[in-house]
This record gives sequence, C-alpha cells and structure tokens, in this order.
Amino acid sequence: MMVRQIHVDEITQKVKNMVMDAEYRLPEDFIKALETAEAFEESPTGKEIIETILQNARVSSTEQVAYCQDTGYPVFFVEIGQDVHITGGSIKDAINEGVRQATKEGYLRASLAFDPVFERKNTGDNTPALIYFDVVPGDKIKIKFAAKGGGSENQSKQIMLKPADGLEGVKKFVLKTIANAGPNACPPFTVGVGIGGTFDYSAVLAKKALFRPIGERHPDPRIAMLEEELLGLANQLGVGPLGFGGTVTAVDIKIEIAPVHIASLPVAVNIQCHANRHNEIEI
Amino acid sequence: MSDIKKITTPLTDEVIKDLKAGDRVLLSGYVYTARDAAHKRMLEDYEKTGKLPFDVKGQVIYYVGPTPPKPGQVIGSAGPTTAYRMDKYTPKLLELGLKGTIGKGWRGPEVKEALKKHKAVYFAAYGGTAALLSKHIKSSEIIAYEDLGPEAIRKLYFEDFPVIVANDMYGGDVFEEGQKIYRKIEIDP
Repeated sequence: MMVRQIHVDEITQKVKNMVMDAEYRLPEDFIKALETAEAFEESPTGKEIIETILQNARVSSTEQVAYCQDTGYPVFFVEIGQDVHITGGSIKDAINEGVRQATKEGYLRASLAFDPVFERKNTGDNTPALIYFDVVPGDKIKIKFAAKGGGSENQSKQIMLKPADGLEGVKKFVLKTIANAGPNACPPFTVGVGIGGTFDYSAVLAKKALFRPIGERHPDPRIAMLEEELLGLANQLGVGPLGFGGTVTAVDIKIEIAPVHIASLPVAVNIQCHANRHNEIEI
Repeated sequence: MSDIKKITTPLTDEVIKDLKAGDRVLLSGYVYTARDAAHKRMLEDYEKTGKLPFDVKGQVIYYVGPTPPKPGQVIGSAGPTTAYRMDKYTPKLLELGLKGTIGKGWRGPEVKEALKKHKAVYFAAYGGTAALLSKHIKSSEIIAYEDLGPEAIRKLYFEDFPVIVANDMYGGDVFEEGQKIYRKIEIDP
C-alpha cells in the first residue's frame, strides 16, 4: 500500500481559491433553479426580485466581488483518505490560512467574533473556520466549503420530537420553521433537513444535505417523496421571494436521515438563503 | 405597482406622512450605517453621556456591515442585514428623532408602535443583492467606532438607492400584506 503525500501549501492554495470562487459565483444548478422558479412565480414583485437576484449574481461573478456583504461563517466538511499523509504542518492550520488569505485578497468581510457573550471582538480574518473531519478509504482529500450567512443561520431550528409525533410532526416543524424564517432569511431558500441521529448530529445532517445538487432527489424513494411533498407545501406558505409574498419560497428541500435512539426523534432544519454559496474540491 | 417616489434625506414629517407600506422609493442623500455592535455601544454611550456619535434628528440608519472596498471602489458589497436584531434599540432612537431605518425582514411590535408614535418609517432593501446595491453608494466615510471594523458607523452618500416602505406610520406591513395574498396553507403557530 502506497501512502500519498500532500503538502499543506497545496491545501492552503486550493482552499483560498475555492472560498473566493464561492463568494463571487453562485453554483450553476442554483442559478438554473432560480431561472426556472422565475416562471413559476405568480407575484410581479416576486418575479422582479428573482430577476434582481440573478442580476446580482451576474454582477458579482463578472466583477469578482462578494455576492452578499455577509460573506458568512466558513464551514468545511473534509474527508481525508486513510492512505494520505499530510506533510509540512497541520491540515487545520492550512485550511485556516486559506480562509485568511481569501478574506484579505478577496476583500471579504470579517464576520466572526472571538466570543459570543463577553467582548464579541471581531477576529479580523474569518478564522477560525468550522471544520468537520471524516476519515474515508482512498488516497484523496475531499473538501466541501459553505459560507453560512448569519441571517439564514439565525432562522434555522432544531427540535427533539417524540417518536409518537411521527412524520406529521416532522412535516409541521419543517413548514413552521420555513414560514417563521420568512423575509428575515432571504428566500428563495434551499432547505436542509436532518432527521434522526442525536441532538447535535441532526443539525450536521441538515447542513450536509445542502450540498446535494438542486433537483437531485434522495435515493431512498420514501425520502424522495417527502422532499417533494414538503417542497410543494413550502411554496404554498405565501412567503415568496424575500418574503414580500409569492409562490416561490423554496427552490429545493433536501432531507438526510440517520439511525436514532428508540426514545427520540430529533429534527433539524438548516435554512439556506439565496446567497447559496458552496464549493467542492478534491486533492 | 405604485409609482416610484424619489426622496432625499434628511426626512421630515411631511415626507413620512406620504409614505405607505409597499411604496417604492429611490432614496438619495446622506445616511448612517449601524448594526448590532454599533447600536449597543451608541445607546450605552447615550446612557452615560447623553450624547450620540451623530445627531439622529431627521436621519436614516442603514443596517449594513459592508465588505472592504476593492481598489477603485467606494465601498464593497453592501446589502441590508436583518432588522429585528436592532428592535431593542430602535424605539429610543426614534424617540430621539431618527426618521427612518433600512434593513430586511420583519420588525417587532415595539418598533411598529414607535413608528406610529414618532412618525417614522422602516424601509426594506432587497436582501442579498449587495453587489448591485453598492453601486448606489457614492461615498463612504467612517465617523465613529472604527475599532468595530465592518460594524463601525459610516456616513454614506446614496444616489437613488432602491427601497420599499415595509412599515409605515399607519401600521401597514408590506410583508404581512404581500404574504396574505399568496398564502394557501396556514401553519399553527
């Protein structure tokens, strides 16, 4: 078995590029989904807003400027192949250095505070990033990045339902969370839902779910059906683009599930605003 | 769709009286930026000294923390942040003469009451369209709390900055009214 060597400098360079690219350019699948949604939107104001959002996306990618002033909390999901040997330093430091360089050279806003309730002093460079690590077979490193804006993250929710609440309880909680998020969280949304696992893991699942391409259904047909049903219902809530009222509240809902304790039914809903910035690389 | 109104800061009672929820407005003139940290400090300073870092009479506060400007830019991307987080501080500022705020999302009942009482409005700008909105900002200068970085108080000059009246002085709410039209299912609170 050969061990593949990857130097931290390569990781820093690639992280820097993927962060800047994500901040300037919305993913192609999401742009296409918005274009489709525009035709489906019944409200004239809603249509105009979707058009404005698309125009903003064109300007930010052409001029290479931040799509949204809230350049977000940098969140990474890193899968490290077990046959990889990282050289030259720590992978955590390398990722943070990539974020630091992207913030400075990419003119991103520093949006993190050192502590939540004491001084709340700005860290100045968007570090430390939140990094989830996983070890997988193989000799590659896969890095997924999302810039999580405060406005939509603030409207995300988690609940520990009772098993007796069942599927109906889950649906109600998801729809209520979307309705309450309303104009505060910049719809059209992409909604990530995590059901099962533990208290904390349900939220991780909800966040991970947001990386799946728009329009791609879950391979489990029961979950795929639930995604479609909830998406249909979400768009009858009336929230509409930026909450001004309309028929396009969400462009997609992604659900992930996990095994669960016999006493529990954890549900987490991660709301993603239209600044749907994420990116993936493989090294 | 209503006609677009062009108005210039500072705002007077006469201008405010004429604004109704849903009106589209192009706003020009000087406005001040402040978000969470600046609001907290401003009102702490006011408690201690009886003074604010700028005279709010007739003025408009834009809830924004912009990205840094690239070379050649006046300001970086500069869209609105969610307004309800400032609800705790807004009634006091309206009492002191502030006439308008710009943000995104709902305001709470205490702010809606204060808008009626002090004759003021809350404008919504299109959230997340920061690259476009920054083109309507022609100058930017930090006037207080520079140590807060993106949360420092800036004096901006607007040229036809597009907003919608979200809450007027009559109790109107553009989000509530707009959503009612398209709401086909009700979710129990």
